[in-house]
Amino acid sequence: MTKLTEWIVLAGLAFSLWITLLVDFFPIRISYEAKEVLWPMPVYALIAFGCYSLATIGYRVATFNDCLEASKSLKQEIKDAREDLTRKGYKFD
Amino acid sequence: MADKMDKYSILLPTYNERENLPLIVWLIVNAFSESGNDYEIIIIDDGSPDGTQEAAKQLEDIYGTEIIRLRPRPSKLGLGTAYIHGMQHARGNFIIIMDADLSHHPKFIPEFIRKQKEGNFDVVSGTRYIGSGGVFGWDLRRKLISRGANYLTQILLRPGASDLTGSFRLYKKDVLQCLVDACVSKGFIFQMEMIVRARQFGYTIGEVPITFVDRVYGESKLGGSEVVSFAKGLLYLFATT
Repeated sequence: MTKLTEWIVLAGLAFSLWITLLVDFFPIRISYEAKEVLWPMPVYALIAFGCYSLATIGYRVATFNDCLEASKSLKQEIKDAREDLTRKGYKFD
Repeated sequence: MADKMDKYSILLPTYNERENLPLIVWLIVNAFSESGNDYEIIIIDDGSPDGTQEAAKQLEDIYGTEIIRLRPRPSKLGLGTAYIHGMQHARGNFIIIMDADLSHHPKFIPEFIRKQKEGNFDVVSGTRYIGSGGVFGWDLRRKLISRGANYLTQILLRPGASDLTGSFRLYKKDVLQCLVDACVSKGFIFQMEMIVRARQFGYTIGEVPITFVDRVYGESKLGGSEVVSFAKGLLYLFATT
């Protein structure tokens, strides 16, 4: 099963559960008040997911390591490499 | 304590890397002389006009033909075929792939090797996104696009690896062979396809945090066309894996 079909199956399941509860397909009684809450659920879910995503990405951007040390030590190593290679007979131009 | 049986072949595909090639080779030799593992460096130059091959020959004279192995190709033929070409000449049972432009540091190779042995992983992937990993030389915009694209990919593909577009990795040779045969994408999407297919085929993936030092100052490699090809690649993998 590809990721695409996984997503379609899951979305289909969630959607059918939601619609069957709304149209009283199951023999369980759902009060009018509960339906008031239930029908905009997909929108709530999307908003919640959007907020979670933005928060996650924001946090990860803010905590992305800058690696200043790695850049500094690389510069030093490049110097060392040039010296050592020149000693070994390498001709830089 | 190095395993006498294991040999590591480092594939260095190059194009106009005359400046960087001696430096990266020196750093690789350094890393391996400290770790004591058996290794070879296979330089696959795609007919660079800047004299990369002359530089490679000088290095061959210094370090010997057992360590430095030149396997050039006449013209620029792409990354996937460079790996195939390099693998045909590789004598190691492990293949290490990295960029020759010094954005990947060979000091991490011993950690890749340790990680691989720890869980007998089929693939060990360097990651900029977890632990001590990171990037030097990226502005906020670049970080935002990178993190956003990575998040979207994680949600859609759940690939079991945190860095999909990175290209600093260690593979068991037969695993790399199988993955290269199965992957059709080009450029950095190729790296993404390799790791996603690795998961699809049930290969185990270990991860090592790496630092990525972007030395191409003032030139953004991430333009509109990269975003478009990323989106296409993502959708292709979403529908086929």
